[in-house]
Amino acid sequence: MLGTDRREAGGEAEGAPAIIHVENLSFRYYGSEQYALRDVNLVVRRGEFVVLAGRSGCGKTTLLRCLNGLIPNFYEGEMLGRVLVDGMDTRYTPTHILSQAAGMVFQNPDNQLFALSVEADIAFPLENLGFPREIILERINWALKALKIEDLRYRSPFELSGGQKQKVAIASVLAMKPKILLLDEPTSSLDPVSARNLIESIVELNKREGLTIIISEHRLEHLLPHADRLIVMDRGMIVRDGDPRKILRDEDLLVYGVAPPKVSEVARCVNAHRGCLKFEEIPLTVHEFVEKVRRLIG
Amino acid sequence: MISFEDVEYVYPSGVKALDGVSLKIEKGEIVALMGENGSGKTTLLKHLNGLLKPTRGRVVVDGVDTRSATIAELARRVGLVFQNAESMFFSSTVWEEVAFALRNFGYDEMIVRRRVEWALNFMELGDYAESSPFLLSGGEKKRLALAIILAWSPEVIALDEPTTGQDQLQKEKLMQMIRLLKEQGRTIIASTHDVEFVAQLKPRIIVMRRGKVIADGGAEEILLNEDLLRSCNLLPPQIASLTRELGFIGIKPSLKHPREVAKELLDALSRIMRGG
Repeated sequence: MLGTDRREAGGEAEGAPAIIHVENLSFRYYGSEQYALRDVNLVVRRGEFVVLAGRSGCGKTTLLRCLNGLIPNFYEGEMLGRVLVDGMDTRYTPTHILSQAAGMVFQNPDNQLFALSVEADIAFPLENLGFPREIILERINWALKALKIEDLRYRSPFELSGGQKQKVAIASVLAMKPKILLLDEPTSSLDPVSARNLIESIVELNKREGLTIIISEHRLEHLLPHADRLIVMDRGMIVRDGDPRKILRDEDLLVYGVAPPKVSEVARCVNAHRGCLKFEEIPLTVHEFVEKVRRLIG
Repeated sequence: MISFEDVEYVYPSGVKALDGVSLKIEKGEIVALMGENGSGKTTLLKHLNGLLKPTRGRVVVDGVDTRSATIAELARRVGLVFQNAESMFFSSTVWEEVAFALRNFGYDEMIVRRRVEWALNFMELGDYAESSPFLLSGGEKKRLALAIILAWSPEVIALDEPTTGQDQLQKEKLMQMIRLLKEQGRTIIASTHDVEFVAQLKPRIIVMRRGKVIADGGAEEILLNEDLLRSCNLLPPQIASLTRELGFIGIKPSLKHPREVAKELLDALSRIMRGG
């Protein structure tokens, strides 16, 4: 499943209506002289899978906070420009309404879970918003199923592994039925198998539920094969935005603190030699790389 | 420098986190402790500076049995950087945080100043010298914890998941720092499940599972052993998988640099194409 090419699987996003508009957005946190975001322009279409990369402190987290309204509603500062999420201007829309359009999952699931059972954790925001009991139960069932964690329903979040906790955190966001899922380095504290597993779940949500995904990450090798789009940020600005294969083919992203998958690096080195093998398309997985070599030698 | 002799550790809750661990680490070695979450890596690190003392067996650091030494005595020899860096901060500025240990060890104020400045600049925190440590981002806090250790440079440096939340440039900086400390004769032990980082650093690797050491060897020996890695919830580095999958044209599994792998591949292909 992880080896499949995103475009073979569909690419529903192309031509889909835009769901996020970011227009000339700049933001400076209260008390800071530097702008964390500088004149960012961005349109995300419904169903797109977007990977945000760049150095620590480049503005990825700040941009995500702008997309679910935490900025400017929760974090104080100076905001220029505007952000429209599902047609709503974040400046004039309360966060509890915005969170039903764009849900956010953070780095550390421990900060997001607090109830005595997984079920209660998922139910909490819905109860808070006054949803009727039947709807709440229906949403819990759906969210648990979507993440394949039905078996965790009555467990205490505190006895779960890091990967399980992060799935519960996603389920509790998902229960609000958002159209957009924002994830801020969700795998950073997970071991490699749990991290890959979590990414598979996120890919499923994108494909099966048509959720728009915007995810920031440092480890790209399991994520890029599924991405429609790679956005690289540097010092508060978007410096690259496009098809990950093209971006990786054309330049070394290390100056932006981004480590491309090792197979892509090998392919770039092969191309630099101008020998008997040339990758027109930069491979993002071992499978893609090896298939190209097999085709060459027949 | 460090020896664990049949060490068992049982937490008050009854969980046995170390189960008969025996190992020796020489001065100047770089060691990566790998294994899935909960395998005992952090518990092992906490035995190095006496934060935890063995329930059975013994731990000897630089000739001192940790059971007979106080944490204060051990702290001079062993610096431990926790995964959750915030838990060790208490000063009002980043600068003071780094200076604290140095002053405590009685260094001259001029040396303190020089070392603090150097360590902050090395970890790219110079601009934050006057900020509160608590206002830093996750990755910056981690770098501050590393700057403290770098400035103080104890004999043994234990790092718990040092690459978490760090971008690639910072990881390379961290690698530089580890090599620099090794040059100075320091012994470095880092727990990590960042296989790509370890594949680049190529340290000695100790693999843990359920409180036991199940493998101990060079980077190639461990990271090219796919079955071993999978049994511990680790994935092989991508270069290892790629070179293994290219075995059909005569390439051997390795952790070589992408440039070398590219060259090997082109050589192998031109041999095949010439030979028909």
